[in-house]
Order: sequence, then structure tokens, then C-alpha cells
Amino acid sequence: MRRNLGLRIGLVIVVIAVSLWYLYPPRSSINLGLDLQGGIHLVLGVDVDKALEAQVERAGDTVRGELEKKGIAVSKIERRGISDLAIQIASPQSWDSALTTATEVLGAFDRKEADQAAGRIVMTLKPREATQIRELAVRQGLETIRNRVDQFGVAEPSIQQQGENRILVQLPGVQDPARAKALIGKTALLEFKLVDDKVDPESAVRSGVPDGDEILYQRRVDKETHQERKVPFVVQKKAYVTGRDVATARVSIDQNTSEPYVSVDFNAAGGKAFSDLTDANVGRRLAIVLDGNIHSAPQIRERIPSGRAQITGGFTSAEATDLAIVLRAGALPAPVQVLEERTVGPSLGADSVRQGIIAILASTALVFVFMMAYYRLSGLIADVALGLNLLLLLATMAGFHATLTLPGIAGIALTIGMAVDTNILIFERIREELRGGKTIRGAIEAGFSRAFKTVVDTHVTVLVSGLILFQFGTGPVKGFAVTLMIGIAASLFTAVFFTRLLFDLLYMGPLKRESLSI
Amino acid sequence: MVELFRNPNFDFIGRRRWAYIISVLFILAGFGSMVAKGGLRYGIDFSGGTLIQVRFEKPVPVDRIRRALETVRMGESVIQEFGDTREYLLRLPAAEAASEEVTKQALAALAKEPELGTPEVRRVEYVGPQVGRDLQIQAIYAALWSVAGILAYIAIRFDMLGGMASVAAIVHDVLICLSAMSLTNREMSLPILAALLTIIGYSVNDTIVAYDRVRENRTKGARRKGESFATQINNAINQTLSRTVLTAVTVFFTTAVLYLFGGKVLEDMAFVLTIGVVTGTFSTVYIAGSLIVDWQGWRERWMARRKKAVAKA
Repeated sequence: MRRNLGLRIGLVIVVIAVSLWYLYPPRSSINLGLDLQGGIHLVLGVDVDKALEAQVERAGDTVRGELEKKGIAVSKIERRGISDLAIQIASPQSWDSALTTATEVLGAFDRKEADQAAGRIVMTLKPREATQIRELAVRQGLETIRNRVDQFGVAEPSIQQQGENRILVQLPGVQDPARAKALIGKTALLEFKLVDDKVDPESAVRSGVPDGDEILYQRRVDKETHQERKVPFVVQKKAYVTGRDVATARVSIDQNTSEPYVSVDFNAAGGKAFSDLTDANVGRRLAIVLDGNIHSAPQIRERIPSGRAQITGGFTSAEATDLAIVLRAGALPAPVQVLEERTVGPSLGADSVRQGIIAILASTALVFVFMMAYYRLSGLIADVALGLNLLLLLATMAGFHATLTLPGIAGIALTIGMAVDTNILIFERIREELRGGKTIRGAIEAGFSRAFKTVVDTHVTVLVSGLILFQFGTGPVKGFAVTLMIGIAASLFTAVFFTRLLFDLLYMGPLKRESLSI
Repeated sequence: MVELFRNPNFDFIGRRRWAYIISVLFILAGFGSMVAKGGLRYGIDFSGGTLIQVRFEKPVPVDRIRRALETVRMGESVIQEFGDTREYLLRLPAAEAASEEVTKQALAALAKEPELGTPEVRRVEYVGPQVGRDLQIQAIYAALWSVAGILAYIAIRFDMLGGMASVAAIVHDVLICLSAMSLTNREMSLPILAALLTIIGYSVNDTIVAYDRVRENRTKGARRKGESFATQINNAINQTLSRTVLTAVTVFFTTAVLYLFGGKVLEDMAFVLTIGVVTGTFSTVYIAGSLIVDWQGWRERWMARRKKAVAKA
């Protein structure tokens, strides 16, 4: 041990240098958690069953088209439950060809029931396909949200999958949480549907709609009373053009009313579909539907060949901007629901940082003074080691890009109290050996080696609880586990290796002090 | 040399009955208060719900806020002063509506009262019922794994008996902390859970130091002839006493400072850590060692009785 003095000093210098290097520049090297810098933490649940239902319904539309192409009369095709599709054919004569067509078209389905007498075929989505659709819905949802957040402009957002069908979104430093939440959580399914003018909406609300139609509502806010009113419309279920056909969208200002609106450019296929639709239906009304709500239902005056549409509807400029963003980024494949939200305002975060720093400084000062008062020069050595421990703790966090949270600050404070424990163990042991009549050098030697086993044991137990906390904890609590574990691990180096080095230098090396101040 | 204890020789084990009584009384008081209050209070982390922290421009009495919330039928919200009379925590009653709707309604109701001024929303937390349930399950797993991990480690490093006694001490410490929380009206939350798990690690720490000493004394042959098991444990506890107390003092300093200056958000966590340091030290000195002694005593008596029974037969 004594001979390697130079090597050990070298190692300590290297460790200090590397730590400082990681910590430079000091402001940007440590990530602050959302609870310290302010921001939003959202856990979104993806309603994957909705994605399955949509997929099954699309398959239903396809099979209806194929059957009709072959001249097979279909009386009804409907989704049953989440993943079953029931096909009811009109005449038993076409049974065989209906069955063959259904099996061919619905390759992703298994046949569940085929009742020739009743003319009913029930197909069910293959479990493997269903799993794939679910996974895809979450993955696409994640990508879409990432796109939206990127366009919204948030510095260092974190968007990741959590568990099977949850998405964790963390947006640091967002000023308007409600707006960000609306932007992220909106499904943003844009559909253009024809209004069925033959049916009176008021009577349809009472007595139901014809097959193939549905009732959707437009929300109108009275400018005088601010009362919201829902106006029903009867529209065709079929969407001729959807958000998938959108190439880009942007905010424009109406020259006359100076109200903002969103201008949508379709891609080639969408432009043609839109042109055909408007050509064939001049004079009818076209409902612009977003997430099942009608935004407006203007009359088609003439064919629109430009492949461009306008969505108006009394937007504020922020609303128009956000709508353009979600239309550009595309719709979520399945609706999402906020399962957990934690929003911290920037002022609270700043207060927490200030109080946290005060608490850490005050506890460090107390422990410093206490150790020096009790152990004199040895206490000072322990204090220097404690300082090195804090340096290592912060540098390791910077090196691993770990996030410092408010409970993490508590972890640092606790580390200060617990890290000196190792030195207390060693020092008490040295004192005991001195009382037992050993020489200074003998007592130091014995103190360090005897205490070492106990030190390892105590470290392991804290690390065990830290690891378990890290494994099961979320966000801020994880931050606590991280600082606690790093602090404890670092104390093995600082309180054992480093203090031993200082003792050797003072009492065994060239200085050869003859009185032990402990 | 400053010394806390010079060759301490307290008869800890001999006075263990008193320690048991104190612990049991405290835990009974805590559980009594839990029963009186209808169980331990759970924060929104575990029970789900919406929590809003608002800061008003000037001091505001609680009943003004309650009256404002009553207009949107949230009169039974828990309204709690947070730091000073300008800042409040509002825990809104669970509702069918989505979190943003509930939050929006509550804030709109507050904004309508001209006397309240414009409140600044400092924090919003919403935990859905699903997530709350998940967190509950995770918490139970975390606690069980911690105890299992420590039991396994001590059983391997020392023996099963020591492991069981350590776990008993852990349970004791956690019960004391829970009792203290109930007596001071604090809620169970995620940071509190973290504090409890840390206490588990800390408390075992102390116990290990004492066990290490028992074993070292045995191998050194320091055991004088006829020295009882109780004496061995008592000696080890005395020999490591200054270290136990010194470490407790430094950790106590830091958690107490955290409690006093760390801010309102960390206050509950710091409180539990502080209680934990005290009870962790107490349980090392009194519970972990004493239980082994009693256990040994019971076993010896039981063996003796069985021997007698065998002899009679």
C-alpha cells in the first residue's frame, strides 16, 4: 500500500480531472427534472381497441365493395364486438361465391361462423394480426405525437413508449400546458363528408337516420350570451377525402374579416378525389369534420380543381396554428386519453431549486463543522473526502445524463449524511485500536482493514434498496434512487480509498506526523 | 479527543421490555389515529385524483376559496394551506370528467371571485384511477422486494436468525413511520414510499454493524467463559454505540435541515426520513438485538421442555 503512493495520487488527480471535465460548463451539464425546471409530464393511454375497430370496419367496406362488384347482394355488414365482422347476404344462391370472396378478401381474418341457412358469415381478425395492429397503433401514435411536438417547438422533449400501450411525453419549460395538452391529445381525424339534405336533422335526432347516414353536431357559440349550442347535421358515413390525403396545411388570414383560417393542400390522389367529389355534387353541402365534430358545412358552388380547401370556423390564431400543426403531422391512429399528468409551473421549479440548494449547503455546513469539531484534523480529512464525493456525484450524473429531480436533491442531502458514516466507522475503529495500545500507524492500519468489511456490508444494503427504488419508481422517485446510489457508491472511493491516501500521506509518507489528531 | 461515550456499558438488552412497551404504545397510538381517521390517508399518487397548487396575489381565507369552489359543486375539495396564506393546495374530488375539464372549471370558479385576484397555477397533478392502481401494485412489489433482498443478504452474510430479526426491526421502523404520519396528518405518496424504502436500507445498516461486531468478537475468542448470548449482543451494541449515534446525528442533521429549509414540496418526505433515522437507531439498539436474545431464550426453554418430556417418556 505505502509504496504505491505516487500511483494512488495519480489516480485521484485523474478522477478529479475527469469529474471537472464532465461538469464543464456547469450550467448545462446537469439535466434538471420537470419538477425543477417546470414543464409537463403526461402519460397517455392509447385506445388500441379503437384502432382495431377502425381496421375491421375498413375491411368491412372493402369486402362490401368486392361482393357488390360480383353482383352478390349484401343485406348487412357490421362489426361485432372489437374484432368480429358479420356479413349477411341477401340470397342463398350466391352463398358459395360469397364465401369464397369473403375468404379471399379478408386474408387477415379467420372464419368463425358460416351459417348457410341464415346466409351469415362471421369472420374474426387473426390474433397475430390484431397484436400487430395494436403495436402499430402505439408506434404510429408515438411518431405522430413526436412530429407535433417538434413542430410546436419544445426544447429537448422526451417522448417514449411505456409498457404495452402507453406513451410518456415530457415537455420541459412549456409555458401554456393546456394548449400543449390539447395539441398532443387531439386525434385530429379530418374527414370531408356530404350532408344528406333529404333528411331533416331535427326529425332524424328523434327517429333515427337512414342506413349509411349518421348524425354529427356542429358547436356554435353565441357571440352575445357565450352559450354553446349543438346543431345537428345528417351526413353520409362515407368520408370521401380524409386527413390522409393532406399534403400540407398552413394558417392564412382572411382579407375581409381578418380572421385566421387553415388552408389545406391535398396530395395528388387527394386533389383528384376532391375535384371529382366537388364536380359531382355541385349545390350540395360538404361537411368538414374534425374528430367527429363538424367545423363548417359550406355549399359546393363549383368544381374545385386546385386541390386546396379552406377550413374556417372562428379560430383564434393559436387554435389555427395548432390545427395546421396536427393536420400536417397527421391523425393519431387511435384516440389517446390522459392517464397521468404532472405540470409544474416555472416559478415553483425555481423556488424548489433555490430551497434545495439552501438545504444542501446548510446540511453540508453542519456536517462539516460537526466532523471537524469531533475528529479535528481527521474530521477535516473526512470533510475533504465528502467534498470529493459531491464532486463525483455531480460529475457521474452529468456523465450519464441523469436527471436531477426534487427528491433527487433530498437524495444528495441524505448522501452527505450517510457518506461520512464510512469515515465515522473507520475513525471510531482507529480510536478503539489506539485505546487498545496500538501505535499510530498500527491503529490506522488496523482501523481501515477491520472497518472495511462492515463498510462493504452497509453499502450493499443501501444499494439494494436504491436499486429496487430505481426499478419500481417513476420519474422524480427514480431521480432520488439515482443520486442515492451514485452517492453511496462514490463514498467507497472517497471515504475509503481517498481518506486512506490522505492518512498515509500525513502519517506514513514523507510527512511522518507523529501525533494523530482524531 | 472529543468523546461521546467513553467505554460505554449500558445494559440495553436488560431493559428491552421498556423498549418493547414504548414501541408498542407508539404504534398503538398511530393505529388508533388511523382507525379514527378511517385509515391512512393516500395522496393522489395512489388514490387517483386532481391536485392543484395555486398562489394568490394576497392572503386569502380558506372559506373564500371553498365558497368559490362550491359554485362548481367542488365544495368538498380538500383545501390546504401550503407554506403561507397566499398559497394553497386544492385536492379536487374525483369526477367523471377529464382532468383538464375539472382543472379548468375549478380555476374558472376561482377567477370569478374578484376578491381572490388572479391565482397563479404553480402545479397541477392528475393521476387517473388506472395509474393509481398500477402505482399501488408497484409500491407493494417494491416494499416486498426490498425486504426480501435484505433478508437474503443478511441470511447469506450472517444467519437466518439475524435476517429475521433485521426484518422485524424493519417492520417496526416502517410501522413507527406510518404511525407518525397518521398522527401528524400526512399523506402516503410516492416520495414518502421512497423515504420508507431508504429507511429500510438505513436501519439495516446499523443492525449489520452490530452483527458484524458480534461475529468478530466470537472469532477473536473475546467471549469470556460463561458469557451469555445476551451479554455478547449487549457488548457489541455498546462497542458500536458511538458510531451508531454519531452517524444518526449526521444523518439527522441533513434530514432535519431538509425538513426545515427544503421547501414545502419536500417537507413530508424529509419528515419521514427524520423519524426514520431516529427509529432506525432505536430499533438497532433495542429491537434487532433484543429479538434475537428473546428468540434464543424461547428456543432454549422449548428445547429444555422437550428434553424433559422425552426423559419422562
